[in-house]
Amino acid sequence: MIRFLLLTTLLSTPAMADEIWVTNEMDDSVSVIDTTTLEVIAIYPTGERPRGITTSRDGSLLYICASDSDAVQVMDPTSGAVLHELPSGEDPEQFVLAPDDRLLYIANEDDAITTVVDTRTRKIVTQIDVGVEPEGMAISPDGRVQVTTSETTNMAHWIDTETHEIIANTLVDPRPRYAEFSPDGAQLWVSAEIGGTVSVFEAATQSELGKISFAIKGVQPEKLQPVGIRFSPDGARVFVALGPANHIAVIDAATLQVERYILVGRRVWQMAISPDQTRLFTTNGVSGDVTVIDLKTLEPIKTIKVGRYPWGVTARKTD
Amino acid sequence: MTPLIAARAIIAREFARFITQRERFLAALVRPLVWLFVFAAGFRAALGLSIIPPYQTYITYETYILPGLCGMVLLFSGMQSSLSLVHDRENGAMRLLLTAPLPRWFLLGAKLLAGAATGLAQVVVFLAIAWIYGLKLKWFGYLAMLPALLLAALMLGALGLALSSRIRQLENFAGVMNFVIFPMFFMSTALYPLWKMQENAPILASLCRANPFTHAVELIRFAAYGQLNLAALGWTVMATGVFFAAAVWGFEPARTRGGPRGTGGAQG
Repeated sequence: MIRFLLLTTLLSTPAMADEIWVTNEMDDSVSVIDTTTLEVIAIYPTGERPRGITTSRDGSLLYICASDSDAVQVMDPTSGAVLHELPSGEDPEQFVLAPDDRLLYIANEDDAITTVVDTRTRKIVTQIDVGVEPEGMAISPDGRVQVTTSETTNMAHWIDTETHEIIANTLVDPRPRYAEFSPDGAQLWVSAEIGGTVSVFEAATQSELGKISFAIKGVQPEKLQPVGIRFSPDGARVFVALGPANHIAVIDAATLQVERYILVGRRVWQMAISPDQTRLFTTNGVSGDVTVIDLKTLEPIKTIKVGRYPWGVTARKTD
Repeated sequence: MTPLIAARAIIAREFARFITQRERFLAALVRPLVWLFVFAAGFRAALGLSIIPPYQTYITYETYILPGLCGMVLLFSGMQSSLSLVHDRENGAMRLLLTAPLPRWFLLGAKLLAGAATGLAQVVVFLAIAWIYGLKLKWFGYLAMLPALLLAALMLGALGLALSSRIRQLENFAGVMNFVIFPMFFMSTALYPLWKMQENAPILASLCRANPFTHAVELIRFAAYGQLNLAALGWTVMATGVFFAAAVWGFEPARTRGGPRGTGGAQG
């Protein structure tokens, strides 16, 4: 009887693990990693040169920037089928989805514009002129402010999401490639790839609170190129991917001091935190893999081979 | 004389010698630490390491060479301990050792065990310093390393014993350094992984594969991550057996009696 009960319990428990989705820039595909087994469980084809990737809040849809296909693809994560495409403007590289899942803000690198697309009507709502080569995209947790960074103008453009007008421009160091709001929305962090710094702004006033530099023993300073930024779930720590320096910097969000550096694969781009908030996944472009970091010990525990030039990454809760 | 008393005497003598020779202990520690702090620090960025078992992710160069440096400590310690027999031969102490009414293999085995124990003590201190430096393993890794380190120490000590049976003068230790210790250490996976060598010098890679020190280092490396490398274990056990047999054979009275200087007279 006990054996029967155990068996039925085991059988009735869905073996659903959360997933990490990674875009493979050179393979025109996405790799899916099981967060429990840390194995690649599926690979699905996408449009050309997939980079930015994100999920809807409920995890039922995936949005993928297929840069060279000039489209944002909407994928069914359960089957890997591309359901439809959204108009994205030319060469979409990164985007950010509004907290209400409705509007998608897309950076069009070649046209110096931010395209706003309605995910329901699948129509472009508006296009906002920003600086040259827009790339980094962030939205405040309350959805009121969207920020686009422009790589050549070296600015963060603060956009009011009601009026779709730029309300402020703030200068940052050369080649800003990524922006991220703190979980409470009080701060905006912007990484500057060539400048080698991360600027921290007070979101309410757009004033600079501080600037973070990096130094790793044995790594040439010019290789310290910050790109992706990710806050820990409690907002106490910030992880910054340092590109060809092959390390993740762990920063104390209160003091803006670097606590430590974690060795990952070659040319680390972006990061995602598992839905259970225990692990950080980094995409390592040149080495073609994803490094998994334990958030408790801050130790890298495994590196998983994916496709060629993994770039974007997002976490998806499956239950 | 019971075997236990004899073994205890041999081990106690080895430890007494080790403790009184402070500079030997310091030298044994300084050598791997220089490699760790200077050599590894200089090369950490230059040598890109791909992921090879037992590692699951990218590691720093310091992390890679840690097991190899443990092997280095054992290599020097094993050689020094065993080659002290040459000194014993010169001053007559060996006569006392080998005339004990016990089997030759037992006396040599006790000597080997004593040498291995002092080598292990040095590795423990080295690992403690490495831990303070920031090179930390999981606790079960340290635990699993102990038998691997002991076996490696026995293998290297047995090699030293085999060599010492053929060396008549202590001055020849320099030759052992040049022709045994250095080739063994550099033609192994202690400092660079096999695939790296395969890329640059396939012949060297083949020599490296046949080098028992490579297998001892790999045994230690896998153990440090709680894994057993069966092939490395097999090679190390086999090499230990062969070296020890050679040592017992080399110290047979018929061979040791007629040394060139006539000083090695075991009268067993």
